[in-house]
Amino acid sequence: MPVVEHEGAQIWRRRTTGQSLVRWFGWLLGVAVFVYCWQIISESTTWFFVWDAPRIANDIWTRATPPKWDYITQLGRPIWDTLNIATLGTIIALFLAVPVAFLAARNTTPSALFIRPIALLIIVSTRSINSLIWALLLIAIIGPGVFAGVIAIAIRSIGFCAKLLYEAIEEIDHTQVEAITATGASRWQIMAYGIVPQILPAFAGIAVFRWDINIRESTVLGLVGAGGIGLQLSASLNVLAWPQVSLILIVILAAVMISEWVSAKVRGAII
Amino acid sequence: MLRLQKLTKTYKTGDQALKAIDLDVPKGQVLALIGPSGAGKSTMIRCINRLVEPTSGEVLLDGVDLVKLGSGALRKARREMGMIFQEYALVERLTVMENVLSGRLGYVGFWRSFLRRYPQSDVDEAFRLLDRVGLLHMADKRADELSGGQRQRVGICRALIQNPKLLLVDEPTASLDPKTSRQIMRLITELCQERGLAAIINIHDVALAQMFVPRVVGLRFGEIVFDGLPSGLTPDKLTEIYGEEDWEATIEKVDDDEEIEAAE
Amino acid sequence: MSHPELDDLLGKGWRKPAFVKNALLRWTLIVGFIAYLIAAYMTIEVDWGRVYEGLDRGWAFVLAFTSPDFISRWSDIWSGLMESIVMTVAASVVGILISIPIGLGAARNIAPLPVYVICRGIVAISRALQEIIVAILLVAIFGFGPLAGFLTLSFATIGFLSKLLAEDIEAMDKVQAEAIRASGARWTQWVNYGVQPQVMPRLVGLSMYRIDINFRESAILGLVGAGGIGATLNTAFDRYEYDTAAAILILIIGIVMALEYLSGIIRARVQ
Repeated sequence: MPVVEHEGAQIWRRRTTGQSLVRWFGWLLGVAVFVYCWQIISESTTWFFVWDAPRIANDIWTRATPPKWDYITQLGRPIWDTLNIATLGTIIALFLAVPVAFLAARNTTPSALFIRPIALLIIVSTRSINSLIWALLLIAIIGPGVFAGVIAIAIRSIGFCAKLLYEAIEEIDHTQVEAITATGASRWQIMAYGIVPQILPAFAGIAVFRWDINIRESTVLGLVGAGGIGLQLSASLNVLAWPQVSLILIVILAAVMISEWVSAKVRGAII
Repeated sequence: MLRLQKLTKTYKTGDQALKAIDLDVPKGQVLALIGPSGAGKSTMIRCINRLVEPTSGEVLLDGVDLVKLGSGALRKARREMGMIFQEYALVERLTVMENVLSGRLGYVGFWRSFLRRYPQSDVDEAFRLLDRVGLLHMADKRADELSGGQRQRVGICRALIQNPKLLLVDEPTASLDPKTSRQIMRLITELCQERGLAAIINIHDVALAQMFVPRVVGLRFGEIVFDGLPSGLTPDKLTEIYGEEDWEATIEKVDDDEEIEAAE
Repeated sequence: MSHPELDDLLGKGWRKPAFVKNALLRWTLIVGFIAYLIAAYMTIEVDWGRVYEGLDRGWAFVLAFTSPDFISRWSDIWSGLMESIVMTVAASVVGILISIPIGLGAARNIAPLPVYVICRGIVAISRALQEIIVAILLVAIFGFGPLAGFLTLSFATIGFLSKLLAEDIEAMDKVQAEAIRASGARWTQWVNYGVQPQVMPRLVGLSMYRIDINFRESAILGLVGAGGIGATLNTAFDRYEYDTAAAILILIIGIVMALEYLSGIIRARVQ
């Protein structure tokens, strides 16, 4: 226990002098880094616009209200596309994520030395890159449209689903697998009877969870041209049609809330 | 029928779980395997059906050495050996009926088992077994809805529907209360008699073993130190297997030596 | 031994009981889902000729990963990357600092009702609006540049961290906190001694996770003009410079992996 002698009395301290110095230095360094970062941001900011911001915000607000309600008749198809991008993308991703997860889990991978690292690389690289970037890439490759959006969502979701799924596979009860093995079952039968029933609830949960996230993500994919309601948002922003923008934002908010509600309900029913 | 010759298992850590075990189990004989935890009982049972790969030695089932079999032939051989587990090891999210039928996996093809289209004879046999252990009304319940004793009965059905020659039973009563333990042991020994099955039962409860089994094998540090009738299990023999007295004696001796040294 | 129940069952087939017991509902669900899939598939217009043409470009992109070009646009990549990192650091610091009081306020067991309602409201708004939409609005208000990105990420961090922090505080061990209160501590002392030690490890873990997310998000904010590496990436795709794009993606994946590794170490040390 660090104690300091002060005028003959022992005073309890939480840390020794050395420890306090290190901590102070750490804090100082942290503050210095933050100030430096702030300066860089500040240098590349036109402060005139920032001081003007309240007026501009007020201006946008007055233009955006009230929303142009009858524009909603033109949003039916984009909403349908958005739903399809999220749903089909999730389904494709799940089909691809299952084999990747089995290859990545320590207890089911055929080779921990060669195949597992490849599976983990697929998981990390698809997970690290946002679906908007995947969409940009796919648009450059296969052209703009809903299809590029579906594929972008699918690729982005593989890593996410495969990661959660392989963690679930690694946590299964091994004795159940042992019992099925002892009956003389083949490799695939062990999979179907010993492993799959144990991870099915996790799988369903992951699917619904990711579908919910994908609804959010697919609403903005249109900003780069990959279909869905984001296309309308980007078009309206380009012509500064603020009443349309505000309506689209309301629709997106509603879609996000509905999907969150649906996924919570479904997950509650499964688990 | 089952013969172990110089069966040895050394784990990667260097622990020698089994030291050249020799054992003969004739057809239809039920024997209990007793010994302190860590003696290698569980490893021995798992080496017989190769859930654990033996390091060396032979496991002869009707003259066929299981250790040398390839994966296809091993699966066929596993059908001959039903296994019953300590924590029941039922697939908890499947129904009782599916768990029982999973004992037939070695006999049916993948798609048949995947679509749950088992031959009618298997389904009938599953119903008969469930009726025999008194769980027919539970057939469509999920396994995790059952109590411990009920689960172990389902585990017994799963092992028997394989139509085995030999039962490998790993601590069947470890997670059960005393009354259920007796019921389960009685059920296992009765069924073995009915069907003329040989069985190796790992059990830590010596009294329970003596009550139901005609032959007891004592294992200690991976070696057989007792093999005979349950009546031959005198306190001395038990001491030899579990070694409590021995351990105390060692301590005393050390103390004595120290005292002598101190005196000098 | 004859058994009426058994005799009834023998010779009859056995089917696994269905997951959805009501047959009508089960078939409605199955048919409805298939009908939806067909409808969704029909409405996606895929220009297969365009996709086929794109396969070459896709392959060129895959090949680009084997020879990424860090050099020819290095100054652009470097400035974009620095901007992303600066935004991440500044936004994480500010976001975490603000989310602590809001998290405290959004925990029902320590905040009075009016404070609770306001804080929960802030959290709900922040979580419902996606980063990219917030960024669009902030760019419109504050002009192009990293300031808008910084504000976006800070705002998103608040929603994420405050919610999880509040849930953690609500789930904490009451007895420990009561013991501190019983010693006659003031509210601030009580939070410092009774609450903070319990939630600190998780707060550190979540903050690290959020820094990771912030960096990933900062990579796309550039698409709408809010600063960061996204703008450079977008330009690279527009010019079909796949080797530069590959270089940027490799850098992003590398940094995300490094951050995950680092956060793993820190979380292990804190807990």
